[in-house]
Amino acid sequence: MAEAHGSTAVSATGGTATSTRLLEVEGLTSAYGPVRALDGVSLSAETGKITAVLGANGAGKTTLLRTISGLVRPVSGRVVLDGEDITKAPVESMVSKGMAHVPEGRGVIAELTVDENLRVGSLFRGKVGKDEFDRVYDLFPRIAERKNNAAHTLSGGERQMLVIGRALLAKPRILLLDEPSLGLAPRIVAQIFGLLRQLVDTEGLSVLLVEQNARSALSVADVGVVLNIGRVVVTDSARTLMADEDLRHAYLGF
Amino acid sequence: MDYFVNVTLTGLTQGMIYSAFALALVLIWRSTRIVNFAQGSMAAATTFIALALIQAGQSYWVALVVALASGFVLGAIVERVIIRPVEGGPELNAVIVTLGLFVAIQAGIAIVFGSSFQSFPTPFGVRGFEVGGTTIPLTPTSLYVIGSVLLVMALLVALFRFTRIGLAMRASAFSQEVARLLGVKVGGMLTLGWGLAAVVGSLSGLLIAGGTFVWPAYMDALIVFGFVAAIIGGLDSPVGAIVGGLILGLALSYVSGYAPRGSALVNISALVILIVVLLVRPGGLFSSTTARRA
Repeated sequence: MAEAHGSTAVSATGGTATSTRLLEVEGLTSAYGPVRALDGVSLSAETGKITAVLGANGAGKTTLLRTISGLVRPVSGRVVLDGEDITKAPVESMVSKGMAHVPEGRGVIAELTVDENLRVGSLFRGKVGKDEFDRVYDLFPRIAERKNNAAHTLSGGERQMLVIGRALLAKPRILLLDEPSLGLAPRIVAQIFGLLRQLVDTEGLSVLLVEQNARSALSVADVGVVLNIGRVVVTDSARTLMADEDLRHAYLGF
Repeated sequence: MDYFVNVTLTGLTQGMIYSAFALALVLIWRSTRIVNFAQGSMAAATTFIALALIQAGQSYWVALVVALASGFVLGAIVERVIIRPVEGGPELNAVIVTLGLFVAIQAGIAIVFGSSFQSFPTPFGVRGFEVGGTTIPLTPTSLYVIGSVLLVMALLVALFRFTRIGLAMRASAFSQEVARLLGVKVGGMLTLGWGLAAVVGSLSGLLIAGGTFVWPAYMDALIVFGFVAAIIGGLDSPVGAIVGGLILGLALSYVSGYAPRGSALVNISALVILIVVLLVRPGGLFSSTTARRA
């Protein structure tokens, strides 16, 4: 079984330069009333990598992302984005700092059209050129066809494409994705994960991916972090985690 | 025939005012899921501000603009100072707060402006236009009422459809959390929404007051009709609010114009219409059939 790392994450490639740690979470504890959903979680997401946070239902994955983006205020701990402490920064300011959070359950604004959804994603940047919208539509031709339809008419896969496309229009340095595979056909999941890999490799995007679907997530990620009941069990390269049969059986369900 | 046209026009004119009031309720309901019971007395307060200006010698139009502007400020202040602290708590809390505010503002009006009946002017005559020697039932005042409500609605549609701030307001109204994650300053949008809603509410208060008497509770009847109109329309739909207002205005005008002792039946008719609509379509005429999933 891979060795557990209590406080700091190791780089998948063995590098130790701190400058590559775009997002750092240190000793984060979040609670709903007396229940601790996160209990001293430390991890980091590196520039140009996909970091997957894995674990069963109730492991604290969603709370982790919600605490990072400020929707949940932590009891203790810090969130640092590119050297800046953003633990207490308002939710609204996160996109302008370069962090886009795609929440669980797709997060489309159902009453708005596809195009309006995309435009909301770029509002904070002021005027945004048409070419940037065209680029998103090129990445996701399926939603381009439905540009003027209300977003509630989209299928689950199309919704996921829309929210990822919308997040890209914010020009983020790091993308936080909460269970993008939930309820999607394996073919669509593969397509979306493939695209994420491509964006990370070609455009230097960084991704912090939260997934219950550990097998798919590890197949695309560079680094894996396993959470269990609010604590980090292990952090290691995706390949190592994939190879660790005991760990997979114990925490990842495959 | 003349009588029918006359009754219809009266209904449309009144209906437009109900529509405006209903729209004010819908705008707030959509963005904050709060039924603003204080809308009526907020509008009454701005009407009294207009009246004070007119009595001080200002023109109707100056008074109108100042009243609408003070409506905006009042709406924004109410959201920021009174509603914000109870938002996110149990839904009933906010409703009770608006009810309390309704009573408080009404009492405030009585303290500042007195509680006697005072006549409120109208900028146009109430005699029908003359076309080819005969007087038609269309009056300059009804034209003014219909025109000003249509203008305000057109401006709102333009704001929501074609501007960036309108898009941000809609995003905030439909999905606060997603909007915040996308960098929209949701708090500011809610304040703006309450301000705009109060402007529309104030307009309805000024229009219904035109040519009649005002007293601190003069809006009470309009509040009831405005709520019925909003609920007929579905409470969630601006178009529904407008259609609901017009349906109610016309129906009540026909009841009062044709039914024996009709004017006594107006209030109960509003209730009957409400019940029939809710029996046929429990969510209102324009309720969206799609569940919120975002």
